[in-house]
Amino acid sequence: MLSKAPRLRAILLRVAQAVPVVFGVIVISFLLTRALPGDPAVYFAGVMADEKSIEETRVALGLDKPMLQQFFIYVGDLAHGDLGQSVSTGRAVATDLAKRLPASLELTLSALLLAIAIAVPLGVLAATRPGTWVDHLCRVVVTAGVSLPTFFTGILLIYIFYYLLGIAPSPLGRLDFIYLEPEHITGFYLIDAALVGDWETWFGALKQLMLPAITLALFTLAPIARMTRAAMLTALSAEFIRTARAAGLSSKRVLYGYAFRNALLPVVTTLGMVFSFALGANVLVEKVFAWPGIGSYAVEALVVSDYAAVQGFVLAMALLFVTLNLVIDLLYAVIDPRIGFVSR
Amino acid sequence: MGLAGASVLPFLRSMPAAAQGSDTLVVVTGQTINSLDLHRTGTSRASYQVGVNCYDRLVSFGTKEAIGGGYSYDYQVIEPELAESWMVSEDGMTLTFKLKPNAKFWDGRKVTAADVKWSFDRAVSVGGFPSVQMKAGGLVRPDQFTAVDEETFVIVLDRPSKLTIPDLAVPVPYIINSVVALENATEDDPWALDYLHMTPAGSGAYKVARWTQGEQLVYERNDDWVGGPLPALKRVVIREVPSPATRRALVERGDVQMAFGIPDKDAAELADKIDVFSTPVENCIHCLCPNFAFEPFQDPDVRKAIAYAVPYEDIFKAAAYERGLPLWGGEEAIDDIAWPRKTQYYTDLDKAKAYMAKSGYPDGFEVPLSISLDLASWMEPTALLVQEALGKIGITVEIEKIPGANWRTAVLVEKRLPLHLENFGGWLNTPDYYFFWAYKDGHLFNSSNYRNEEIEELVDATLHMPMDDPEYAPKIKRMFEIALDELPRIPLYQPALNVAANGAEGYEFWFHRQLDVRPLKAV
Repeated sequence: MLSKAPRLRAILLRVAQAVPVVFGVIVISFLLTRALPGDPAVYFAGVMADEKSIEETRVALGLDKPMLQQFFIYVGDLAHGDLGQSVSTGRAVATDLAKRLPASLELTLSALLLAIAIAVPLGVLAATRPGTWVDHLCRVVVTAGVSLPTFFTGILLIYIFYYLLGIAPSPLGRLDFIYLEPEHITGFYLIDAALVGDWETWFGALKQLMLPAITLALFTLAPIARMTRAAMLTALSAEFIRTARAAGLSSKRVLYGYAFRNALLPVVTTLGMVFSFALGANVLVEKVFAWPGIGSYAVEALVVSDYAAVQGFVLAMALLFVTLNLVIDLLYAVIDPRIGFVSR
Repeated sequence: MGLAGASVLPFLRSMPAAAQGSDTLVVVTGQTINSLDLHRTGTSRASYQVGVNCYDRLVSFGTKEAIGGGYSYDYQVIEPELAESWMVSEDGMTLTFKLKPNAKFWDGRKVTAADVKWSFDRAVSVGGFPSVQMKAGGLVRPDQFTAVDEETFVIVLDRPSKLTIPDLAVPVPYIINSVVALENATEDDPWALDYLHMTPAGSGAYKVARWTQGEQLVYERNDDWVGGPLPALKRVVIREVPSPATRRALVERGDVQMAFGIPDKDAAELADKIDVFSTPVENCIHCLCPNFAFEPFQDPDVRKAIAYAVPYEDIFKAAAYERGLPLWGGEEAIDDIAWPRKTQYYTDLDKAKAYMAKSGYPDGFEVPLSISLDLASWMEPTALLVQEALGKIGITVEIEKIPGANWRTAVLVEKRLPLHLENFGGWLNTPDYYFFWAYKDGHLFNSSNYRNEEIEELVDATLHMPMDDPEYAPKIKRMFEIALDELPRIPLYQPALNVAANGAEGYEFWFHRQLDVRPLKAV
């Protein structure tokens, strides 16, 4: 049956190829968390702990068992879909991730959409008019975007738009305290609020999202704009464009039908990289805007050596990355039919 | 909790943002509340406030005016909370508490001595921090607690101690609705740790209306509270904002009424714009600790040289922004038992050099100075100033930064850091209690591996002795004298807890350094 659906077969093969990668991630994250400095038993036993209570804590956390046994317990739990208990939050890691991953995804995706909306046209314009003011503007924006750290941009935006001008809402996380969070459907507040038709909350969530999304977009648009410009320049100087022009095709057709479509491949690759990079790197934005995302969760877990939470985070990111790569590979085939999706 | 949350909705929604009314207050804090049950393993310090605001204890402390503005709890005055009255037997070994007859849990059931017994049994049985804190007051085993009848609860001590009653007023021995807890206990979890972690069941002044972990906690007043005067505020929203700059902007603009635990720098800068309370933390000292396990520090002249070389004033300005109290340049003669006290040391490089010259290390030595990255805000500037000053007397200092997760293990458990900064503060405000933790051999906060036979004896003798015993003061003075002469810990300054308020009053400082929302009012 599979031979009749080569694309499905190829996808399944790709998923199968991901299995050893994910297993490797499980082993490495397990070993790395154990190699971290710091003793969780000492930390969680509290400020006044004596040796006896530290030992009691160690037994309670299951850290008195040999490492190999701990690993098999962990893998056994994973097989049942159990990511373990986070000691610091006292909840299942899966629950924590389900709560926090959408917050990060919502922020990162909005930022990315915003960045694409600005960076791709900017890149195209800069490439078609090299040396003009658009090109220089592109260069300035790109340089500023990469060189300003996100926490700085974030605090600057808060200072201007919230503190001085008073037009931005209080930077208090995903929703101001006067709203209630929408019922959990997808975990994306904008989507959930829209689904239940609660537009007041929707606008509330959008207002809160604006500044952090702009902050992150300023940071992510640099590589996208840069890559779009470079890819467009390469595509525009290609021979098939000269042929198309010589054939008298309209410049619009040449630009968007041929050049842009060919330039899209590296741009999509960059997008994938920027997305996964931004998801992990937006911890600083999360801190500044009190955004309850996965980045700050991971950092807090790391600081207190909360093994299960760190492992859960690494695993979730690995799965996300594998999925993302698969989607991008599929997109290649859509964008450029010359890339056959054959199993290699 | 979902249902309780829904009842908040209409009120908050109908509220115009500008006029939040005088019965709701929003507080921002940088710390995260990770559990509603203090007795659980892994509960963060910030979570202790739930124990304070949502649960009652048998007794509480009084209130006094605080240095640095606002109010403070008063260690000298014990007030009733759930107990109506109490009696201490002649020999001090038996404590009998009468509960308030009208005290009710949130579910309407009467608070009984059986609930007190169950809660105390839990605190001494779950292990970890709660059990250690109970032990400080001589409360170790369930058989010490008896519910005589519905309203009479008896504690039998192994020996009389002045620390027992104050220890009943700390956040740990709070009284839980044992019926609700037992309904949700399982065989693996007889103390209902999993249930109470998410769902408090108490009789306290506030209930938890909503809790979104990592984001906010909403307190809602319990109108039937009998533990004290009914709080003025109906609702208090505790919102977690990790970035200090964001917290400062919020409180400065007045969108939130209080920022709890702001950095010293912000406190100093905000002080002339809005209300800032900087309360010196009682029984807490920021110290520079030379470790006796490191050979040069076994030489008393080296320790004295360091004590005279430390630039106290510069540290107090650069690390504390002059919030808190200076602890240098005092009289050498000890005529009171106040602790922390000003030491006889001050910055005098000539004296420091003279001490180095007559020590066994006239040419100096090299030593790493360790600091925690989690506490870098005061430790880093302090360490840099100490490094510079010690360089002038021939001690080459290299600063070693240790990640927060590793810090406690290295400094307190293994006690392996030759020279380091330390910030112990005792909950129970007596000098002997501080000495018990920080100067006795092998005890947790004695990170200098210090041992002095006389100190060992004096601490053992004074720890449970009433403070009005004629022998108490002379012994404490002798303790001070030895500790300040031998210098296993060089006191730098007494830190402050900073709180900024913009539209709130009634703030009260507590030794547990968490926010008691009960006395707060909106203005």
